[in-house]
Formats: sequence, structure tokens, C-alpha cells
Amino acid sequence: MSADLATEFLDRRTPLSRVRNLLHRYPALSPGIVLIVAVIVFGVISPRFFFVNNLSLITQQVAVVGTLAIAQTLVILTAGIDLSVGAIMVLASMVVAQTASQNHVPAVLALLLGLLVGLAAGAVNGLLVTRLKLPPFIVTLGTLNIFIALTLLYSNSASVNGQSLPAIITSTGATFPVFGVGVTYGVVIMLVLYVIMAFILGRTAWGKHVYAVGDDKEAARLTGISVNRVLVSVYVVAGAILAIGAWVQIGRSDAASPNAGGDLNLDSITAVVIGGTSLFGGRGTLWGSLLGALIVGVFRNGLALAGLDVLYQTLAVGVLIIVAVSLDQWIRKVRS
Amino acid sequence: MTIAEGQRPSSTLPFTQPVLKATGLVKTYGRVVGLDGVDLELYQGEVLAVIGDNGAGKSTLIKCLTGAEIPDTGEIELNGKPVQFKRPQDAKHFGIETVYQGLAVSPALDVASNLYLGRELRKAGIAGRVFRVLDTKLMRQNAKAELDRLGISTLQDVTVAIESLSGGQRQAVAVARAAAFGSKVVVLDEPTAALGVRETNQVLDLIRRLRDGGIPVILVSHNMPNVFDVADRIHVQRLGKRAAVITPKTHSMTEAVAIMTGASVG
Repeated sequence: MSADLATEFLDRRTPLSRVRNLLHRYPALSPGIVLIVAVIVFGVISPRFFFVNNLSLITQQVAVVGTLAIAQTLVILTAGIDLSVGAIMVLASMVVAQTASQNHVPAVLALLLGLLVGLAAGAVNGLLVTRLKLPPFIVTLGTLNIFIALTLLYSNSASVNGQSLPAIITSTGATFPVFGVGVTYGVVIMLVLYVIMAFILGRTAWGKHVYAVGDDKEAARLTGISVNRVLVSVYVVAGAILAIGAWVQIGRSDAASPNAGGDLNLDSITAVVIGGTSLFGGRGTLWGSLLGALIVGVFRNGLALAGLDVLYQTLAVGVLIIVAVSLDQWIRKVRS
Repeated sequence: MTIAEGQRPSSTLPFTQPVLKATGLVKTYGRVVGLDGVDLELYQGEVLAVIGDNGAGKSTLIKCLTGAEIPDTGEIELNGKPVQFKRPQDAKHFGIETVYQGLAVSPALDVASNLYLGRELRKAGIAGRVFRVLDTKLMRQNAKAELDRLGISTLQDVTVAIESLSGGQRQAVAVARAAAFGSKVVVLDEPTAALGVRETNQVLDLIRRLRDGGIPVILVSHNMPNVFDVADRIHVQRLGKRAAVITPKTHSMTEAVAIMTGASVG
């Protein structure tokens, strides 16, 4: 008790711990500040940063990773990790593209087939995590390789060009102007997904249960939550989001390529971590992940405009990750 | 084994049937025997304390009674009807609420969310039924009213995350949840561990009020003065078995400890 009182006493007194409590209560605050500062700094360094074409480019570059980060956030909130997000997305995109171009399946049906593949792949991950009780890291490391291999087998390692695809499938790459900035439908889809999933996470029992399971599995079980059901549903929902990400990806690159997803697994984790979601589960927000994806996009873009080598972009992202995780550790010390 | 006089709260009660009755519960973990054929009866209107040394099987007993563990063999009856709890939800469904040792709260969620975890209230109409939107406002109002009703004064703000509360306040949330939803039986495993004197007394008061309101309570505790303070009967657990059932009136604390440690057979 006395130790408790002592920490409370300290927490109330020092300004630093007051900042910590604030960041603890609003996990999206720190990535938000970082993003604003980054935008201002890069805007000052290079006037071209604020050109409408450049802003449009940043949003387009963020659309795919941002969508994948939604799925990744769900999994990480349950104290898991999904190394296979990129692989699932690519598998779904190849199914959509192949069925539409080679098998002449109607566009909408092809997209639904992609969705089905995403759901199935997510279910495989979820069932392996809950039935075999393997760590999500190991399960998704395995399925990452399996899905990559399946993609290459299915597609014969061949890309499908956007011109051979129906307009609906590539429509996610089409732009329309918003205050002069060209915004793609893919970006809109990503934002709509954020709104829907943030609402579900914050305002439904399922959302609360996702947090509770990630927080403390045993406590959640004893409270009467079906932990396994929540976990499987999280991986399945993630699979569905990844299939939608596949659609965004085809529009973005105006092609479906079996080799497109290589960096996306780790990029999505980067966005989530920079966005303030804890890898230990149970703490974080979806909007933080969008901010995280934007931060990475802005850093890459801003450093490129400043004339720095691509290597420095990678270096900066690495530093960002370390700083974000250190910050998370420090914030978590609020727990007595 | 001895069953002391006044095995049931002798006074007021016409009930002869136990509310909760366990017979011959056995639970093993590999070669470790947690429970070795335990019987337990809980009657209407009583506080039954369960005491025992470390490893005597107190927590295992509680877990088997509340669906957190499934006993290997043995029967559990609720109001005379046999029941089987495969999951904690099953026991909750029958109105048995439990505070587990070490607490089962979700630190990152707020107080109101924790009180309603697993039984959230949805909004009326389409928003709730189709879109399954939670009625956060109502849950917060109810949570606050419930805490007030239970006389838990240390928690004013039901929107703060559990992890920013002190140990005692967290315990209060866990106890409040059990007290608020337990309609048949409330089970508390070490509810006063880590609590200060004032908070301990609040929990003991709460236990008495639950009993007087007609809900029997099973209280597991190491704290002998607490046990002798509130318990009507005391189930002494020793080496995975029930060693004796005594009452604070017929036995002293020293005698209880003697039975617990095997120095006396009661």
C-alpha cells in the first residue's frame, strides 16, 4: 500500500509523469505530434513538399500500407503479430486478377473470390493460433512462406497487367480532386475502413473483448469471454481487410504482381508500432496506426525531396521504430 | 473429520437444502493432486469461509466450483439440481459470480467496461440490435450507481483505466462486479489481500450486506481475524480434503490453525 501511495504521489507531482499519464490516456497523441512536426519541418526544408501533386502522392503511397496496418493493429491488440499480412494480400490480389483476366469471371465475382481467399487465409492463421496453441509469430512465419509459395504456384510467377483487367478492379487507382489534391478511390476505401473498424473497436462488445484478450488472456477467460472465438474472429476479420487491401494494391500499381508484398509485412508492423500500439497487446488505437503509416510516408517523401539518398529514409524509419517502442515502454510504467 | 455443531446457520433459516453443494470433487494436475475428494455445502444466508495452508487446494476448489477448472470427478448441485460448469460463463449463467485471486480485470479498459465485461449492454433499437452498438452512457451510469449502492466510495470516476488505479481500488472493482451480478452465490478468493485496513473493512461490510440481502458468500482468506469476523461457518481445507467444518462460536483461531496444519483433527 505504502509503495502504491508513493508512486501515486510521484505521479501527481512531477511534470514529466503528468505528460506520461496524458500520453497513456491518449495513445494517438504522440504519433499525432510527430506527424505535425514532421510535416512542418519537411515543408520548411522543401517548398515542393506542399505541392498538391506531392500531397496526392503521399496519400497514394500510404493507402496500401495503411489498409494492411488496420489488419495488423487488430492482431497486435490481441498481443499477437501477423507476419503474413503482405502474403495474404498478394495471394488475394493474384486470385482477383487471374480469375478476372484468364478465367473471365465477372469483376465483382472476382473481387468476392479474393475476399473469400482472404477470409480463408485469416481463418487458417486463427485456427492454428487457437487450436495448436502456437505463438502467432511462429504460425504467421509459417503461413507467410506457405502463402508466398501458393501465390507463385497459382500465378506461375507471372504478373497481370492492369490493361487486361476490368475497370472496376483497377478503379481503386483512379483519382478525383479534393481541394485540388488528387485523391484515389483506394485512399477513400482505406479511410472508410478506418472509420468502420475504429467504430467497431471502440463501440461494440467485440471491440472491448479484443482489448481484454490482448490485455490479459486468463483474466478475459475468467470474466466469461470466449478467448479463442475472439482470436479466430480477429484473424478472419484481418483476412477480409487484407483482401480489400489487395483491391487497393491492384489499383495503386495498375497491376497484380506475385512479388508485390515483400516489404509490406514489416511496413505494416512499423506503422502500428510508430502509431503507439503496444506489441504486448491491449493498448493502442486504430487511428494511431493511420498516423504511423502517414509518418512513415511523410518521412520517406520528405527525405527524398530534401535530396537525401534512399538509405537515409530506411535509417530514419529504423530510428523511428526504436524511439516509438522506447516511448511505449516508458508510458507503460504508469502501471504500478 | 468432524463436523461441528451448528453446521448450518442455526437461527432464522427454514432452508435445509444447500444452495451450492459439491460432493467428492477430485482434481489432479498430472501427478499432483489438487483436490482429493472434497465435499462442500453452502446454505442460504451464510458466509462460508474456506481456510487452509498453502497448497491445501483452496483456489483449486474455488476454480472447480466456478467453472474455471473442470473437476476430474465429483458432483456439483445448485439448489438440488446437478450442474456442470465447463467454462466460467456457465457458472455465471447460473448466477455464481467470482472474484479470483490475483483479480480478473482488464487493466487497459475503464472501470465501467470492466464491470460490464462479457455482458455489455447494447443500445435500444436498430443501433444496438443490428449494428450492435454499446450503450456506453447507460453502462457508466449503472456502474456509478452500483458502486454507490455497494458503498464503494474510493472510485469516483468510472471512465478511468483500471491500470491507473491503486491495488485497493482495483480490488474494489472486482468485488463490485461480483456483488453486482451474483444472483445466487458470490465467491471471493482472497478479496482483502493487498488492501488497507479501511478498504478491508469496506469489503467485509459488503460481504455482510450481500449475505443479509439473501446471497450466500464463499470467502477464501488467509486472514484469520477477517474470517472469524464475518464467517458463519468455516470449511477447513487440508491436503486436498475437507478436514473439518467449524464455526467461530465453537472454535478459537488457534484451534482453527491447529486443524489447518494437522496438529489437531478438530
